[in-house]
Amino acid sequence: MEGKVNTKNLLRQNAIWLVFVVEAIFFAIFSKGTFVTPGNITNILRQVSYYGIASVGMTFVILIGGIDLSIGSIITLVNMVCAFMMVNMNCHWLIAVLAVLVIGVLIGILNGLMVAKIGIPALIATFAAQTVFEGLAYILTAGMPVSGFNKIYPAMNFFARSTVDLPFISIPWCAIIMVACLAAGSFILNRSYFGRYFYAIGGNEEAAELSGILVDKVKILIYALSGFFAALAGIVMLSRTGSAQATVGKGKEFDVITCVVLGGVSVNGGVGRISGVVAGVFIIGCLTNGLILMNVSEYIQMVVKGLVLAAAVGLDCMSNKRKTN
Amino acid sequence: MSEDFVLELKHIRKEYPGVVALKDVTLQLRRGEILGLIGENGAGKSTLIKCCSGAVIPTSGKIKINGKEFDRMTPQLAAENGIAIIYQEFNNVKELSAAENMFLGRPIRKGITIDRKAMEAEAAKAFEQLHIKINPKELVKNLTVGYQQMIEIAKAIQQNAQVLIMDEPSAPLTNNEVESMFQVVELLRKKGVSIIYISHRLEEIFRLSDRIEVIRDGEYVDTLITHEATVDQLIRMMVGREMTQKFPPRPCCVDESKVVLELRDVCGNGDRNMSFKIHAGEVLGLGGLVGAGRTELAQVIFGAKPKESGQILLNGKEINPKSPREAIDLGIAMLPEDRKRHGALLGVSIKNNINMPIYKRISKASVIDLGTEKNNAEKFRKEIQIKCPTINQQVKNLSGGNQQKVILGKWLAADSQLIIFDEPTRGIDVGAKYEIYKLINDLVAQGRAVLMISSEMEELIGMSDRIIVLAERQMIGELQKEEFNPDTIMTMASAIVDQAQKEVS
Repeated sequence: MEGKVNTKNLLRQNAIWLVFVVEAIFFAIFSKGTFVTPGNITNILRQVSYYGIASVGMTFVILIGGIDLSIGSIITLVNMVCAFMMVNMNCHWLIAVLAVLVIGVLIGILNGLMVAKIGIPALIATFAAQTVFEGLAYILTAGMPVSGFNKIYPAMNFFARSTVDLPFISIPWCAIIMVACLAAGSFILNRSYFGRYFYAIGGNEEAAELSGILVDKVKILIYALSGFFAALAGIVMLSRTGSAQATVGKGKEFDVITCVVLGGVSVNGGVGRISGVVAGVFIIGCLTNGLILMNVSEYIQMVVKGLVLAAAVGLDCMSNKRKTN
Repeated sequence: MSEDFVLELKHIRKEYPGVVALKDVTLQLRRGEILGLIGENGAGKSTLIKCCSGAVIPTSGKIKINGKEFDRMTPQLAAENGIAIIYQEFNNVKELSAAENMFLGRPIRKGITIDRKAMEAEAAKAFEQLHIKINPKELVKNLTVGYQQMIEIAKAIQQNAQVLIMDEPSAPLTNNEVESMFQVVELLRKKGVSIIYISHRLEEIFRLSDRIEVIRDGEYVDTLITHEATVDQLIRMMVGREMTQKFPPRPCCVDESKVVLELRDVCGNGDRNMSFKIHAGEVLGLGGLVGAGRTELAQVIFGAKPKESGQILLNGKEINPKSPREAIDLGIAMLPEDRKRHGALLGVSIKNNINMPIYKRISKASVIDLGTEKNNAEKFRKEIQIKCPTINQQVKNLSGGNQQKVILGKWLAADSQLIIFDEPTRGIDVGAKYEIYKLINDLVAQGRAVLMISSEMEELIGMSDRIIVLAERQMIGELQKEEFNPDTIMTMASAIVDQAQKEVS
């Protein structure tokens, strides 16, 4: 009896990987041999790395029942500030990178303060932050792209352009960074006491507080982490594009939210695992890549992604409804 | 049987899974009378009136309104038959005007638009009938609670209610507001409206009612004519049940020389001037009615709500916990009344629940020592006999009694010295109750101190070493074990002693 339940659970928990396999087979067949090639796999890894990195922070945020809409603007701001510092202020690349990571954390702390201390709903607080920091990014360079930093500091190519070359495949360093971030996220959730706190707060804030968790502080920490991972994603993206564009982060928060929710993290909080999010990241990454290979227009891609998001959240809500009935 | 009853409830029985809330309760309401309905907390008063409103469907029994018999009510059927209920929580929209609230959901229309003028005129007429002065255009959020209640009553009258059921109507009101509410209620009786008036406050029942019905433990006890009844008689009927062996015996283990907690004139969270001591090995019972300020006091001691003045001393040292975290680290624990909302983390495993307060302690550089985590959980699972297949099971799948044990396990893991139980056995079935009582005995035998809030008279008397009674946010008195008596406690809780003293002096 119990064994049966477990198999069912196992299947449900890993159903998302099944979706991924089906998707991969679909593109393998319909992309006329362009999808499963060593070059394209490297390409996919490069494309998904920023989703993967940013989704670690977003997983934490959604796990406690929050949302972070500011990460797209953090990505933009990080791109602009980092490039601006190197090109216009002659900062060493390492200083510029560390500076923007700190900026990401500070924006996250600001979000956390608005949500935890003032009590602004997370949706509004982080939306306000998104608007403000996107605006600041434009102001900094008057909306003009900043490029040429990778000529001054070739090290900036390292993140996304350098690869570790294995016999059949080249793995970009940014993918390795992504794996490290996801592993760290999984470690935090499963082995550190903060993970226990995240699940507790997501399940029931009041009971968590009465169990001795300083809910406000944990929330601020979580938004700070989300800011940090968003900034890191921004650096990877800057390295990949080689030029800072004022529109680079626009709408990226939704891609990341889609990955996380698709990966089974409940928008009601309290439920979710990093392994699911990894699947979510690859599903969205392959979807984008596959559709491009099949010459599907960008607009149709948007339609498909929106439908996928609605389907993922819809499934989550339906299973919740069934539980309460 | 020629008497003119507007409403009759015949042999109403309501079963919930595992609990019988009402067993064969009968109620008869005459035309134009006020019937007081009294009983202890949890006696079944609310369930009974919900059967009249259609919010609860009786398992068996009949509801007879004006001679028509029904098996069950629906909210619509109740309204059609002239039954209106004034709940403690008002059913209003704060941003709308008084008149719009009166016609909520059934506005007067002129074509497809709402005829605001007509609604305001109708509302003004209804208010005038009740001699209440409310501007129909005033937004409800600008009105006091008393006026908001008047709008509810006016709404019922405007809808031609013949039966008005009022559930603790005086609870949210100030003294002056209560007086105006009484006048309206008496006016309604003159107009021939029949009223069921539910209240804890016996003096109100005596002042208003024609007859009084008493229910206890979901059973009908008796109905008395008000001017023939006495307070003592009613209290005995409300609480007077056989005190059977429901409590495990406990040798006295109070250590008078060791004061664990002392409160000196503590004010905060609405409570005033709380002063008492709890000794090691003692169960101090905190009695009183709902709303007397017991839970509020527990929240202050536990750091969940701020203290305004006074001193709290733990083991002789003044403490000032500003959050539950600080209180927990000082050795204070609380098992809240609403287990599912405030107590257990339902979606989290037993293991994680038990370790929640001590994760920092069992982690190195924030990495949890998984061995200690598991051993802790297993240890308390055995020690307090939590019945579960594994400690990895989610708490929501456990019974009420086992959930309470998990919460207690959490505080034992945190090695709390003072444990506050707020209604320790609410919603727990009889067998599990006994186990919880045994656990409380074990706690004091180990030299811990227990503060137990309880609305169940038997539990309070059966488990406490001493009892402190609160009423209206103040301490009314303290009883030693030999003075325990349900009547005394009930009298103190209803603050009738206070009232009587005032009248004497």
